[in-house]
Amino acid sequence: MEQHRRLDRDLDHLRDRLLLLGGETETALERATFALAERDSETAQAVLAGDDDIDQLEVEIDRLCVDIIALRQPAARDLRFVISVAKIAPILERIADHACNIARAVVDLNDEPQLNVYVDLPRMAEHAALMLHAALDAFTSNDAAAAREVIMRDDEIDETYNRIFNKLIDMMVADSATTRRAARLLFVAKHIERIADYVTDICELTVYMTQAQFIKHSN
Amino acid sequence: MSTPTQTTAPKPFVPESRGEERDSSTWTEGTGAGTKISIRDMNFFYGRAQALHHISLEIPERMVMAFIGPSGCGKSTFLRTLNRMNDTIPATRVEGSVEIDGQDIYAPGTDVVELRRKVGMVFQKSNPFPKSIFDNVAYGLRINRMASSKIDLSERVEKALTDAALWPEVKDRLKSSALSLSGGQQQRLCIARALAVRPEVVLMDEPASALDPIATQKIEELIVELKKEYTIAIVTHNMQQAARVSDQTAFFWLGKLIEVNDTERMFTNPDEKLTEDYITGRFG
Repeated sequence: MEQHRRLDRDLDHLRDRLLLLGGETETALERATFALAERDSETAQAVLAGDDDIDQLEVEIDRLCVDIIALRQPAARDLRFVISVAKIAPILERIADHACNIARAVVDLNDEPQLNVYVDLPRMAEHAALMLHAALDAFTSNDAAAAREVIMRDDEIDETYNRIFNKLIDMMVADSATTRRAARLLFVAKHIERIADYVTDICELTVYMTQAQFIKHSN
Repeated sequence: MSTPTQTTAPKPFVPESRGEERDSSTWTEGTGAGTKISIRDMNFFYGRAQALHHISLEIPERMVMAFIGPSGCGKSTFLRTLNRMNDTIPATRVEGSVEIDGQDIYAPGTDVVELRRKVGMVFQKSNPFPKSIFDNVAYGLRINRMASSKIDLSERVEKALTDAALWPEVKDRLKSSALSLSGGQQQRLCIARALAVRPEVVLMDEPASALDPIATQKIEELIVELKKEYTIAIVTHNMQQAARVSDQTAFFWLGKLIEVNDTERMFTNPDEKLTEDYITGRFG
């Protein structure tokens, strides 16, 4: 049973590191959202400063997964857990990268007058951050039903994205002086929309981990 | 050994399921193979002690089925019931039926020698006779009078050694003692000896447990190759080995058949919690 205890210990450690990465990513996204809403360059810089730690955590989790597979040869639910963690870690890292891109846009835009889509964008970012929080909760509690509910919430993000996209295009057509800022905000909206997509990927992996069902690319 | 009792209403053992119900009759679905061995409600006793409880199982033709489970769970006992090797143990008793190609091997009048020719066996420890390599393989052919001439005998020996992936290594020293071979070669010689009499089923009881990783790999590659012609049932303690070589896996626990499933499913998402606890090392 010693082998079993070592596997459990390794799996617990892996879970802890992933939750830490999840927490850091959530913080990055929440700060980027705050910076966007409040036009706060200092907070945006803090997001950028924290990205290296997130990258290192992803690499560490990669190594832990390889070690567990090579040395402990997990099976069944243990194997599904390790595979899911190995896939979720780079997804979280990419979400953090998108948060950084939002932060860079905030720093850039804060030197210029504000456009009036600023109401919708932070709300959309906040929605994505709540989705990420709920997705990580579902993963932690092995709750496939909760994960499926989060996936359904992506439609709302897509609708908001389309609304903002059209508004910004109209703005650029109406007043060419807004083009640079509107284009920058278009990218911000796209980053948020991608973050929500990544969150649904995490939820799909949670369903796989808990129920051994592949729901990715299914209707 | 007493005469086995034929039960009138066999009840396949269907373990308690965690999720969707899977009737044991569906366990061989999707293999595309017919049933070679059919076990129905089999009980096995050593004296008054019951070692196997209501085992019902279909072993598909030309496939590899692995039997896994903790020590003493009955998997080796079960394997030996498939060619009546347990007959040699006093005071054993079988109830239920074991059919190979539809014939009950425990029916009165069964030719047990012919049964064991048809259902060969390879043991944990290689057990070559203290004879030459050639004579080891030729032994079963001679006592069964299966060769029509010396040339025929030589050809059959060569075929068996080739099938056991040993011919290239021994073709130039067929008259050497079998005991001069390495452990892995001796085990493959025993497989060749089993194959020489043209069995239809090969039973393997932990055939690689005493071998180093390279010899083990050769045995495993051989098993995968042999299933093209033979139905193979293998007992193994090495779950990675079961995962590597078998098409289906059966999990035994305390003399009961807990689950039979496609090997891929067994090792990624077994139906039974008990199975999952065993293969993830959470027993006891």
